[in-house]
Amino acid sequence: MAKAINLSLRDALTRDENVLIFGEDVGALGGVFRITDGLQKAFGEERVFDTPLAESAIIGVAVGLALRGFRPVPEIQFDGFIYPAFEQIVSHVAKYRNRSGVSLPITIRVPFGGNIGAVEHHSESPEVYFAHTAGLKVVTPATPADAYALLQTAIDDPDPVVFFEPKARYYLKEEIDPAARVPIGRARVAHEGSGVSVIAYGPTVSIALQAAKTASQEQISLEVIDLRSLSPLDMDTVMASVRKTHRAVVVHEAPVFCGFGAEVAARISHDAFDVLEAPVGRVGGLNVPYPPARYEKLYLPDVDRILQAADAALAYG
Amino acid sequence: MADVVRVVAADDPVRPLFSPSGELTPEAKSRLGLDAAALRDLYRHMVLIRRADQEALNLQRQGELGLWGQYLGQEAIHVGAVTALRTEDWIFPSYREFGMAMVRGVDPADMLTLFRGLSHGPWDPRKYHFAPLAIPVATQVPHAVGFAMGCRLKHTDEVVLSTFGDGATSEGDWHEAMNFAGVFKSPVVFLCQNNHWAISVPLSKQTAGSIVDRAKGYGFPGIRIDGNDVLGVYAAVRAAATRARQGDGPYLIEAVTYRMGAHTSSDDPTRYRLDSDLAAWGSRDPIARYQAWLKDQGIIDDGLIAAMAAEAESAAQAMRARLIAIPAPPPGEAIFGRVYSNPPASFVQEREEFEASLEDN
Repeated sequence: MAKAINLSLRDALTRDENVLIFGEDVGALGGVFRITDGLQKAFGEERVFDTPLAESAIIGVAVGLALRGFRPVPEIQFDGFIYPAFEQIVSHVAKYRNRSGVSLPITIRVPFGGNIGAVEHHSESPEVYFAHTAGLKVVTPATPADAYALLQTAIDDPDPVVFFEPKARYYLKEEIDPAARVPIGRARVAHEGSGVSVIAYGPTVSIALQAAKTASQEQISLEVIDLRSLSPLDMDTVMASVRKTHRAVVVHEAPVFCGFGAEVAARISHDAFDVLEAPVGRVGGLNVPYPPARYEKLYLPDVDRILQAADAALAYG
Repeated sequence: MADVVRVVAADDPVRPLFSPSGELTPEAKSRLGLDAAALRDLYRHMVLIRRADQEALNLQRQGELGLWGQYLGQEAIHVGAVTALRTEDWIFPSYREFGMAMVRGVDPADMLTLFRGLSHGPWDPRKYHFAPLAIPVATQVPHAVGFAMGCRLKHTDEVVLSTFGDGATSEGDWHEAMNFAGVFKSPVVFLCQNNHWAISVPLSKQTAGSIVDRAKGYGFPGIRIDGNDVLGVYAAVRAAATRARQGDGPYLIEAVTYRMGAHTSSDDPTRYRLDSDLAAWGSRDPIARYQAWLKDQGIIDDGLIAAMAAEAESAAQAMRARLIAIPAPPPGEAIFGRVYSNPPASFVQEREEFEASLEDN
């Protein structure tokens, strides 16, 4: 996936001279995850540049650059370092068009999520803060192919997009088709099934797929939905699945409390009340600050917790 | 960008124009290159924007506006700075720069719809090269720097004016933006309107140091000037802008003035400041001072002064009439219309449901 994102950035830089990439250590180093590896060398220091260590200004200058006609693609180095930029994102990036009529084609890349054995502030899932903010589009790929294509779409979009990259899945490998297009706001059925709909995004999609594989050995059929986009949210795909399975479990790494699953569960409960055979289950992080790395496996959703939630849905009534 | 490592520029074309206390020197004043008509126009603009400011306060008191933030006493900065720029140079204001927008040609009645609760930003920034008012303090400063970085990347000779108050210099965004501007050698003129107050907090509690001296820490020069002298502001901004245009990077001007009014119409300054302070600054009123100088130079007379006052009066009345006649946009358009260029289907659906619910009532 890391290479797919690198290629997507490379293709965007090639295609549109107004695309700029900047952030902390994105230049000579190629980013702490090497996502921007080689881009400065290929496109020069005016197109791909290191900035001072200041997240609010990284996003703030992106606003100014966008007003001047550029398509900024700033990188925030880690999920837990986005908070200094929160005001710029929420008060300006999201609201500038509503205020002025001027669109800001900014794509903010953020590696997010845990399971990498890191110290504090490097494993967080802050996506709901942004999904809750009108004016932003919030997407997260689960596969290399989607990472490539969704990033192309995000950079081309005239509106601002927060692009969350599941850093624990950077190693995933698959052949990609650069011609494939993925629109923002379109979920996909990652695995077809009939018993329970498991709705996941970003890093939890592969866990859900493993759960589906394990469940199939016990003759339990899970359908896995990869949301891909949190805002806008493709409820059509979710509802088509739930109308087939009559049961749903939502999975994410962020705490369950006020997590994105709350929105999905509420929407399913309202819109599919007539067909639901069980309450919508939610599997996610505990309502605590992200734990020290040795404990993160106990905090994060895993195959067993997804299967337990699926079993509970199947056993209901 | 190529030259990210640099030393502080030795050049400072602004400082020689001013005395150590920040007054424009007589010699610099004689070399401004402004003819009598241009000098009169500075006066005329100050009178126009002061009368508009008073009318906006009247409108607020009469319930026609929800809020008003006066710039009374700061007219020399508004007029001097904008006049010193080219029209293609963008301005990134905070929330008290209504006068600057007027000088740029934005219709004041349209602008007031913001304070009437009809719009968050009534003008097209691209038409006037005047960014939306920024209400969260100092958050507009990195926008100005980013825009200036963009001008440099496009290899144009545009410059950007970033204006803010003394309180803004305490914000992290201000520091971050100043630092970026120095590192990227951005063509931006930072103009601090030090009006001594951030709502109720005086400058002495805002910082233990000097605002202007911070420029050196970011790798570029700065100067503190008399912000109640329109010619001084004009000269400083023009010289700093010329320097930026030539590729020599940012400059910080601290224009010292005084907020003669309240923070906003919701504020009560009698709770925190003395009448005697006001009186001292009242004697340095930018319009009265400039009028006396113009008369002394034989550039205006009582007849012209009266004619400009009458023009300002009728402009204020026209602003009032136009504002009150501006219809409220339909709710669906006002609330949903500008959020996205490319609105998601779910967003369009929510708008349709909202509009349908209004028809039902």
